[in-house]
Amino acid sequence: MTLAAPGVSAPAGPRLLPPGGGPSYAEHVARYGELPHPAPHQLVAAAYEARLTGRGGAGFPVWRKLETALTTVGGVVVVGNAAEGEPASAKDRTLLTGSPQLVLDGLALVAAAVRATRVVLYAREGATYDAAQRAVAERAVRDGGRGVAGVAPAPRRFLAGEESAVANHLGGGPSLPRTPPVWSRGVRGRPTLVLNVETLAHLALLARFGPDWFAGVGDPEAPGSMLLSVSVADDARPVRVLEAPTGTPYAQVLEAAGRDPAPQAVLVGGYHGTWLTGPAVSGPATRAALRRYGATPGAGVVMALPRGACPLAVSARIVAYLAAENAGQCGPCVNGLPALAEQMGRLVRGLPGAEQHVARYAGLVDGRGGCHHPDGTAGFARSTLRSFAADVAAHRAGTCTARAVR
Amino acid sequence: MTGAAPSTGPGGRVTGAAASTGPAVVVDRIRCDGRGLCAELLPERVHLDEWGYPIVEREPVGPELEAAARAAVAQCPRLALSLRA
Repeated sequence: MTLAAPGVSAPAGPRLLPPGGGPSYAEHVARYGELPHPAPHQLVAAAYEARLTGRGGAGFPVWRKLETALTTVGGVVVVGNAAEGEPASAKDRTLLTGSPQLVLDGLALVAAAVRATRVVLYAREGATYDAAQRAVAERAVRDGGRGVAGVAPAPRRFLAGEESAVANHLGGGPSLPRTPPVWSRGVRGRPTLVLNVETLAHLALLARFGPDWFAGVGDPEAPGSMLLSVSVADDARPVRVLEAPTGTPYAQVLEAAGRDPAPQAVLVGGYHGTWLTGPAVSGPATRAALRRYGATPGAGVVMALPRGACPLAVSARIVAYLAAENAGQCGPCVNGLPALAEQMGRLVRGLPGAEQHVARYAGLVDGRGGCHHPDGTAGFARSTLRSFAADVAAHRAGTCTARAVR
Repeated sequence: MTGAAPSTGPGGRVTGAAASTGPAVVVDRIRCDGRGLCAELLPERVHLDEWGYPIVEREPVGPELEAAARAAVAQCPRLALSLRA
């Protein structure tokens, strides 16, 4: 299915963030052509053939989320999620400032397909929300006042982008996770479809240029391009956002971002992600390759650990942050994450038994919360123990090999 | 208690395959307040962590424990317990 406007060719290089692109509606239409209007089943089929996976971190097959919403009786609420609670991520705000009309195209496509009763662009308070508002306002003028979406601000918290927290907040409650699945009981009890804004942007291109074009680059299992947020731990330089085919080796990504392509390690996915070292950093970053290391691309966070930085100290700070960001709702998480953080601190100080306690608390919190925050935190802590076993031993012996390098 | 805990979905719903068929105890982690009645009424399936919150065995309760399980579900002050197939 190709519904591209005549005379408009599919992007050959960068797709979402074309160089020199501007956020205005006129520039958007000049570059990509008008938005087509596929039938709902066509949109689902395109997402299926393209093997489009969500770009919010979970990597869920988009066609399945769309189909569930299509076959749901009763008004569906559609939410474009730009809460971006992950501190090391800047891709959603970059997309909303660089190509916001692509996101609004995606929202319009999905809203039409599921016959949404409410459409919301949920954007992190501050610059992201301001950019979202400007884009929606411009779009509303273009549509003759029939604005596609309402805009709502998301608090600047780690869990703000969690789907059930999004639905809870948009329904007038707190920005905290809730138990029923959002696809059946979300905003004010209505079936709710939450899609990351980058996913929506990809849908907007997919609808125009078709699945063959879309899947022409990247990891065959989850093809296309993705936005990556590249940063270096303890480095004052701001996060750089790049677009690359899925599966691009992280060393290559770092190099393209002007950073050392051979750091000590790379944290991939986000703060709930996995530390990769050695060949895992230089080799392909396809889902199949990453699975062997227990990793996934997540929400495209790529955080390098430079030589001279202590991996345990950096990791302990991340766990402390995650502990402080718990939702305060579930005993195992409220109690267990601070205990885990304390043991990570003891691990840094080389105190006896710290490694065993970290492993124990990770096991104790995993799967015992109302959302995946404890699971992700436990996974990160375990990844630290696995990838930096030598550092753990060194600290136990009273030295720090990273510091010795400097 | 094992260090390799299986991952469950939000609300404590078990997502892996159970060892045998029949309902098992599930905890709604957000409702749960750590009162501990479940561990008293169904010690064969529930024991408490160091903070008083339930650690629930995924194994189905089976016919011998079903009455006790239903009692635990009914008596949880937070209505946080349920039996799910």
